[in-house]
Amino acid sequence: MDYLLIQMLNGLQLGLLMFLLAAGLTLTFGIMDLVNLAHGSLYMMGAYIAWTLIAWTDSFVLGALLALPATFALGVVVEAVVMRRLYARDHLDQVLATFGLILFFNELVRMIWGPAGKSIAVPAFLSHTVEILPGVPYPAYRFALIVVGVIVAVLLAWLVARTRLGMLIRAGASNRRMIAALGVNIELLFSLVFGLGAVFAGLAGLMAAPISSVKIGMGDDILILAFVIIVIGGIGSIKGAFVAAMIVGQIDIVGRAFLPDLLKTFMAPAAASSAAPAISQVLVYILMAGVLVWRPTGLFGQRS
Amino acid sequence: MKDMLASMRTPRGLFTVALLLVFALLPLLTEAFGQRYLLSVGTRIVIWSIAAVSLNMILGYGGLVSFGHAAFFGIGGYAVGILSANGLGSGWLQWPVAILASAAWAAVIGALSLRTRGVYFLMITLAFGQLVYYLGSGLEAYGGDDGLNISRSRFAGLIDLRDKASFYWLCLALLCATLWFCSRFAVSRFGLVLRGAKSNELRMTALGFPVFRYRLAAFVVSGAFGGLAGVLLANEGAYVSPAMMSWVKSGDLIVIVVLGGIGVLFGPLYGTVAFFALEELLKPGLDLLHKGWGEYWQVVFGPMLVLIALYARGGIDSLLGRRDG
Repeated sequence: MDYLLIQMLNGLQLGLLMFLLAAGLTLTFGIMDLVNLAHGSLYMMGAYIAWTLIAWTDSFVLGALLALPATFALGVVVEAVVMRRLYARDHLDQVLATFGLILFFNELVRMIWGPAGKSIAVPAFLSHTVEILPGVPYPAYRFALIVVGVIVAVLLAWLVARTRLGMLIRAGASNRRMIAALGVNIELLFSLVFGLGAVFAGLAGLMAAPISSVKIGMGDDILILAFVIIVIGGIGSIKGAFVAAMIVGQIDIVGRAFLPDLLKTFMAPAAASSAAPAISQVLVYILMAGVLVWRPTGLFGQRS
Repeated sequence: MKDMLASMRTPRGLFTVALLLVFALLPLLTEAFGQRYLLSVGTRIVIWSIAAVSLNMILGYGGLVSFGHAAFFGIGGYAVGILSANGLGSGWLQWPVAILASAAWAAVIGALSLRTRGVYFLMITLAFGQLVYYLGSGLEAYGGDDGLNISRSRFAGLIDLRDKASFYWLCLALLCATLWFCSRFAVSRFGLVLRGAKSNELRMTALGFPVFRYRLAAFVVSGAFGGLAGVLLANEGAYVSPAMMSWVKSGDLIVIVVLGGIGVLFGPLYGTVAFFALEELLKPGLDLLHKGWGEYWQVVFGPMLVLIALYARGGIDSLLGRRDG
């Protein structure tokens, strides 16, 4: 029972991390109609920039806080140099250009930081465990990830639902030509939204760094998962991204944790433990296929 | 025939004929200059061209941006690998099974994916591609992540695939067959319906064409040719691994098709040659500029893709002069 609880918390933590990544993606997708494959590169850059700044300031919190405006700036620059020219293009051009950006960023990281991965240590004040229930210890850093994830999710929900910027974002997602016609400075809005997405991606990258590792291409595989999430949730829907991220987080972690035992009932133990991660990944894609067959525009997507 | 001769005298025609001539003579050229390595690059270019032509059938003529085409590399390759690992080495068995398996997979994912449109289609094909990728890396009995060394398909008495030159000729012959099929396909009634649906789906539906079924059929045909490319790729390296169906390979295939010219018969050929040539040239080129830079060729290649996407619509084909009509 405790084991299940801990695995579900891990699933929640992965889900929140995925939500941070997916939120930026679904916004750029929904508002700018932009397929941004390079979103995972921003996740990677966030982690690498944080690694440098943490080493420089010798403080995790300070380094992480400085990395956020840095990734925002990077996002704004990428938007101004490349993305802005892609909004009016068809998806194929966007795929091609952002695929090129992935190659560029992966290689750039290899040039600057070298081919070997980096690791960011768990900050000292979070390296202990907390008792979530009497007698059930849980790593404090992972717990902090959940707390930060929830705070950011609430902040984002507030931003989208209650502020003027959020109102423009929602208006843009449902009809961007109309809000441009109403005199909203759409270029500034797009630039802001892209920068915001970059910050969330960078935050996800730097928060994930102490529990995984900082390496080249770290954003590529997780990006696909983020795409799956926004497609399940419905493109442009923050709420959908959140719900889907929670589901995918649970499937991935709980699947990994419990499938081996389940498989061992009818498979050789060694084969079961090696097949389980692959199967839990596959489950996520099967879920997506199922959702799309049932609702071709995702759970919370707009019917066209 | 007269038309064909006339079209050969245009720059595009001359370029294509010259390219095909180089392809046809490649084993002799590499033998004469002692560049064995180039023959294996050439073989891979021919195989990737087959895959790119097959992607062009749906992406170019159908307007369906499939981001999971590398899955067919994997299915074709693994069909050969799994059969050969179980002692079934005959190509007469392996190849049809591999191609049928690819077509069957295409039918299943096509039936599901084609219900969606635009970005959703792109994403769902990407996800199905990943699904096959993870299935491949979960095949612990067949090497898992590390992949599987296989023995090449046997066609007793007919052809020995271990001989590099014969294998190259075979691949080239199959590429020509694929191109021939594609050229018939593009101008057939079937192809015209597909192209019509690309430019206006609603109109084709209103005219009474079952657009979904046409697209699904095209998807299956494209998958079958993709599987053929997978079979050849497995035989080229005598090796299959999940890496051959990673989503980056699907991206590479899209890049190739766009680079060459979308919906142009020979576009995938131009694209594949340019793609491989860029890699082979950028490395030494950058090294020449500054020792050690060649390793980072993708820093240049990436932005080149961005520029192509932004400013070179129509790809290499459009550089060869305007098309009439």
